[in-house]
Amino acid sequence: MGKCIVITSGKGGVGKTTTSANLGTGLAKLGKRVVLIDADIGLRNLDVVLGLENRIVYDIVDVVEGNCRLEQALIKDKRYSSLCLLPAAQTRDKTAVNPDQMKELCEKLKKDFDYIVIDSPAGIEQGFKNAIAGADRALVVTTPEVSAVRDADRIIGMLEAEGLYDPELIINRVRIDMMNRGDMMNIEDMIEILAIKLLGVVPEDEKIVISTNKGEPVVLSDSSQSGEAFWNITRRLEGEEIPLISLEEGMLDRFKRIVGLR
Amino acid sequence: MLEVMKGIFSKEDSTSKDLAKERLRLVLVHDRIGVSPELIDDMKEELIEVISKYLDIDEDGLEMDLDRNDNSVALIANIPVKSLNNR
Ligand SMILES: Nc1ncnc2c1ncn2[C@@H]1O[C@H](COP(=O)(O)OP(=O)(O)OP(=O)(O)O)[C@@H](O)[C@H]1O
Ligand SMILES: [Mg+2]
Repeated sequence: MGKCIVITSGKGGVGKTTTSANLGTGLAKLGKRVVLIDADIGLRNLDVVLGLENRIVYDIVDVVEGNCRLEQALIKDKRYSSLCLLPAAQTRDKTAVNPDQMKELCEKLKKDFDYIVIDSPAGIEQGFKNAIAGADRALVVTTPEVSAVRDADRIIGMLEAEGLYDPELIINRVRIDMMNRGDMMNIEDMIEILAIKLLGVVPEDEKIVISTNKGEPVVLSDSSQSGEAFWNITRRLEGEEIPLISLEEGMLDRFKRIVGLR
Repeated sequence: MLEVMKGIFSKEDSTSKDLAKERLRLVLVHDRIGVSPELIDDMKEELIEVISKYLDIDEDGLEMDLDRNDNSVALIANIPVKSLNNR
């Protein structure tokens, strides 16, 4: 039986889709059978980040409405045959799928895949509730800003209310220069305030923009800090104890102790 | 509470991340129990009314706010009493 992980945030634009694409691809690179679900119905995005936008025939709404079989809607990745995408519908809204349908879908997929990674829409409305309905585990993405961390706190509360205890945090778009100047909240502060386990830190990196332009997740490139960060997070997801990359080290004096690496 | 006060009074020489942290702390205390600062003020007014029936209190010295420890939130009030009424 596979595991179902949902990527959430509260505040929009903090990096859920980027994280989903990179963790899904990273898990496939580790040899896992992975299906990525784009649950952001009406705002389809994950397909372009993965470079699969030209291959879509059916989508998640076609599956739940019975217009096609589940297997027909799964799009095979270009690079890894063990990676698939179930795209969002672009011309429908968040009510086109309900939580029960989502749960059923995840249960079906768990039989054939090791990981189901769900990219959630921003916000706390119906789309979010649908996205988390079938999940066993939740990751919360934030940036080091007051508004994003505040919304992350709200989401953590809602996840727990839905029975998704112990969500884990990914802090994205971190700038070490600003942290060193004292102009960006540091990792320790955020973990203390949110009282949540840290899964990883991803630096602000223009390589992410370039990789999104190309439709190739940055985790596939060997020479970028953000790619390395996503690769480390992927392996931590799998339960490996991965020490922090040098960039993480500079800003995280106590982080290693927090995650028990030292 | 002390932490918060320190944060507020030392604005000049604290970095913007310290401000961010303190503002976040305060806003989360209120978010988590779903009570706005105005509501706390209203409650304070009513409390003063009730307590004043029984005790002569120093309204200006009264302090009341929410405080957070890890995952629990407490309503902390410090109400200085001047003298007992009618006794
Ligand atoms: N670490 C990073 N460095 C630089 N740019 C980044 C980084 N992470 C994300 N971005 C950029 O930020 C933008 C928003 O990212 P993304 O689409 O992943 O966010 P999202 O949370 O899925 O947004 P939405 O809430 O709209 O679904 C994208 O243009 C992405 O390329
Ligand atoms: Mg998105």
